[in-house]
Amino acid sequence: MSIATVFEIVLAAVVLGLAIWTIAVPETYSATVGFVAYGLLVALIWVRLDAVDVALTEAAIGGGLGGVLLLGAAARLRNADPTAVETPCKLVRLCAAALSSLIAAALVAAILLLPDPAPTLAPAAVAKAWATGLANPVTNVLMAFRAMDTMLEKVVLLLAIVGVWSLASDPAWGGRPGPRHEADPHGVLAFLARLLPSVGIVVGIYIFWTGADHPGGAFQGGAILASMWLLVVMAGLTDTPPVSSRRLRFILVAGPGLFLVVGIGGLCLGPAFLAYPLALAKPLILGIEVAMILTIAATLGLLLAGAPERSEQR
Amino acid sequence: MSLARDMMTIVAVSAGAFFFLAGTVGLLRFPNTLTRLHALTKADNLGLGLVVLGLLPQAGSLRGGLKLISIWLLGLLAGATVSQLIARTARQGGPAP
Repeated sequence: MSIATVFEIVLAAVVLGLAIWTIAVPETYSATVGFVAYGLLVALIWVRLDAVDVALTEAAIGGGLGGVLLLGAAARLRNADPTAVETPCKLVRLCAAALSSLIAAALVAAILLLPDPAPTLAPAAVAKAWATGLANPVTNVLMAFRAMDTMLEKVVLLLAIVGVWSLASDPAWGGRPGPRHEADPHGVLAFLARLLPSVGIVVGIYIFWTGADHPGGAFQGGAILASMWLLVVMAGLTDTPPVSSRRLRFILVAGPGLFLVVGIGGLCLGPAFLAYPLALAKPLILGIEVAMILTIAATLGLLLAGAPERSEQR
Repeated sequence: MSLARDMMTIVAVSAGAFFFLAGTVGLLRFPNTLTRLHALTKADNLGLGLVVLGLLPQAGSLRGGLKLISIWLLGLLAGATVSQLIARTARQGGPAP
């Protein structure tokens, strides 16, 4: 047994143990910290599986932004009345346990019954990589071969932000999301919020740009840009924009909008919806990705900022 | 030459792993928040620094080496900021230290 195999077995065991601990631990705060560590370890597993694109996304979303979201939820729950928590009756708990076991058994059966070798389109995707001029097969699949899925995914992001905003109370509608953060303007957090974005913005754009040929892309880069913006907001250096702002809404629809325009252009001028002309494939994909990284950064940041809480006229 | 590089990697990464181990033991065993932070920053700064130093001869290119060093610098910045914030919260009578 090689060192790599031992490492993989230990990693899988730690992830399983951490997952059980995250469910079993009673405090929400500890469970959140466990979940963040779990996300980072799962990212390591993806690296071991040579799926670096997925690992980057898992680390950025599962470990990073998802962790911030859960920490915020845990902080709100801490202020809630703990006695209000009601325990469901025995029958309900028994049914839940039976249902969970059934789902686990079905998943195990599905994994054990997978055909070997698994059916794959990977060789076809690699063979056609020349058509777009991009060397990263994941970007090729996301932006060209299955561009429809990516476009709809961006529409889902838009629906998610509409869902979060619709939680606003009537007087706060159109106002600024989240509380106004106050921090010492000469403190450590403000210092970090001034220093780190200059590095983070470069790293975010680099990850986006290198996604054409290496692991990376608009989603991972957008997540980094969103976290930089959130850091500046949390340090109190700037405020969240009011959700009624036209410029903000334009950025939110820019990605899926441009995607749709290019798609319909393919339908009118070319053979099919989202068919890129061969000579223009790379510039078109890059253009869509530039619009998408802005949309993704704004959407992820606003999803974490929460529902509008303060009306604009105070 | 390759042997010397590998030796340096083994020595530096082992030393880094030792600091991570010592930092983790300190995190679990020390009595209060400030001393636990002290233990943790040793793992972050020295441990990560030594691991990066050990990996530098294996980086293969200048670009790879610079990326490794910037990871260490970003780790230093994040570690220093977060431990300051935690220490301040602990002193201002947040959760009992």
